[in-house]
Amino acid sequence: MAKTLIKNGHVVDPANKRDGRFDVLIDRGKIADVQPSIAANGAKAIDAAGLVVAPGFVDLHTHLREPGREDKETVETGCRAALRGGFTTICAMPNTTPAMDHRGIVDFLKREAERIGLADVRPIGAITKGREGKELTDFAELFDAGCIALSDDGSAVADGFLMRRALEYAKIFDRPLIQHAEDPLLSAGGVMHEGLVSTTLGLRGIPGASESVLVARDIALCELTGGWVHFAHLSSAKSVEMIRQAKQRGLQVTCEATPHHLALTHEAVGEFDTSAKVNPPLRAETDRQALIEGLRDGTIDCIATDHAPHTEWEKAADFDAAPFGISGLETALGVCVQALVVPGLLSWSQLVEKLSMNPARIAGLTGGTLSVGAPADVVLLDPKRQWSVDPKQFISKGRHSPFAGQTLTGAVVNALVRGMDPAQ
Amino acid sequence: MTTTTTANGTQTAQWIKKDLLGLQSLTAEEIRLVLQTAASFREISLRPIKKVPALRGKTIVNLFFEPSTRTRTSFELAAKRLSADIVNISTQGSSLSKGETVLDTVRNLEALKVDVLVIRHAAAGVPHLIARQSQASVINAGDGAHEHPTQALLDLFTIQEKKGRIEGLTVAIIGDIAHSRVARSNIWGLTKLGARVILCGPPTLIPTQIEALGVKVTHRLEEALAQADVLMLLRIQHERQEAVLVPSLREFRLRYGIDRERLKSAKPDVLIMHPGPVNRGVELDSAVADGPYSVILDQVTNGLAVRMAALYLVSGAPKVEVEENA
Repeated sequence: MAKTLIKNGHVVDPANKRDGRFDVLIDRGKIADVQPSIAANGAKAIDAAGLVVAPGFVDLHTHLREPGREDKETVETGCRAALRGGFTTICAMPNTTPAMDHRGIVDFLKREAERIGLADVRPIGAITKGREGKELTDFAELFDAGCIALSDDGSAVADGFLMRRALEYAKIFDRPLIQHAEDPLLSAGGVMHEGLVSTTLGLRGIPGASESVLVARDIALCELTGGWVHFAHLSSAKSVEMIRQAKQRGLQVTCEATPHHLALTHEAVGEFDTSAKVNPPLRAETDRQALIEGLRDGTIDCIATDHAPHTEWEKAADFDAAPFGISGLETALGVCVQALVVPGLLSWSQLVEKLSMNPARIAGLTGGTLSVGAPADVVLLDPKRQWSVDPKQFISKGRHSPFAGQTLTGAVVNALVRGMDPAQ
Repeated sequence: MTTTTTANGTQTAQWIKKDLLGLQSLTAEEIRLVLQTAASFREISLRPIKKVPALRGKTIVNLFFEPSTRTRTSFELAAKRLSADIVNISTQGSSLSKGETVLDTVRNLEALKVDVLVIRHAAAGVPHLIARQSQASVINAGDGAHEHPTQALLDLFTIQEKKGRIEGLTVAIIGDIAHSRVARSNIWGLTKLGARVILCGPPTLIPTQIEALGVKVTHRLEEALAQADVLMLLRIQHERQEAVLVPSLREFRLRYGIDRERLKSAKPDVLIMHPGPVNRGVELDSAVADGPYSVILDQVTNGLAVRMAALYLVSGAPKVEVEENA
């Protein structure tokens, strides 16, 4: 394989504290050198003048839908959408049909991802069999098969006793359990945030407490067991506050927030817009501000998409009947730049920390950096380019977005996986 | 497009909307226009031959995804008195593919060139969804806990008729506000026309932050009773057993039920209203429901005139003389 040289770009690599003009040399799929100037010496050169060069994004929270709902997404369409969004690694959630709760499904996913040869796909196994919240899966088998974490995402592990045992047992593997924090009884029947908008529309609300009571419980269980819980898609101010305190007490707690929770509030539901129906729901402005503050002060480790594609006909249903979920891989960068970097809330370096470095660390991967010897997963971005969101143009089969029609800043130009651009 | 002049002759209101989806989206002028139009239609029902040709040749479909007798019948008679052709479709959408069923049904009706769709659905927002997809005018006949505009309009009409005004009155809406589309539509209508609205019920039946809509909330019935010119009672929904909202109907009656004894602390000329059907002995005692303060049957009569007005206005029928006595 020929060498590749990315020249004249603005390298943003927080792991190595680089934020400036550097050339990046790639050799045999790995980062070979990063210097202010590197001679081409026969390497294939990519001119990155005016572009940001960063470690490829790592999404801790992607729903690929395969096997089971290939009409919503396949491994292939999901991987293509990921690369368009700058994600060179995606972690696939196990709420497939059947659920990813045993080795057979994990092997299927890995084989399929290898056959397609696009983004790096890392499986997340289920915590309980069939994601039913009753019996633990065989953790060792799942981790041996290559799972980077376990989660029942889509549902919480609501049973406190089972969660305690899971956290205790998972300590053998030094990998997180990803909790979809939601008390199913408190949110039963709810379709959006409980607040003035739900009151006005006459829709059943999901209170912020539905999330924070489970966050409180799991923090207590972390303290009890010494286990590692990672909270998915945080949405409420109270959750952020409790996680901040838990971290201060030295507990092994990590968490993520999605671009849509960082950029939007329940006002986005407008007059029953199902593209803004998502679980956890878009909440109040005070919650959004608390998430941004949590992101800034390090309480929130990373940004994950919770890419949840659905078919057009499902999202065309009435608000109660339409499924929860936002197609997020292709808008994540633009939304984050527009909502966080442009207003000066996050620097480019901090953004790359949240999109690449930290999620890679939580997933236990060597990527997320441009360190010499690291896999050459690299994304080239035009930080200034403005573009308008048209879900009909999405590569993902999920052509629904609450950002439709909005102008975003920041676009992915290239995404290299192991030094190659699979899109070409 | 229909134009009318208000009583003082200075303002001109116009009906330019394709649909009637809720009172939130209507201006005070548009609400007054519906009430005035209804006033001119009210007299038709008193004639020996209760029919005018205003909507002859128009096709109206009553599309009810939720059981209803009163509202459906009221719309049906309203259409017939205006000489429109009306078809009733009652269907219980399967909960799994509700949206698909709704849009498929509507596309089929579109192909039959329907002029007005009158829609009731258990899910909030279905009439809005259909209105966006359909050439036909849509009238919301009740969507989930969201809005029931013609009910609120007939309530406004009845208050106006009995009290001579709406502005400056205090209206107490009592009971299950959380699940009530009638309450929401009335809150919009009453506040837009200058009435003061008090919501009264146990905290479990008052939705969060509703004060932001410009209403007062009290959990004490006495407080509401003492101030109200109009008491609007809502039906406690027996069907909502899944949520523990009040410990029992008996318990609700003990605190919030209106009987003759309690009515003594109300204003002497108070009006008792209820959208029906009444749970006798729960929110209203029979003696009160059938008593001298009750205007429950006037509401039903006025409902017909209001629905004639609604069908007429959204149909964009040519201008008729609208009397200025509303």
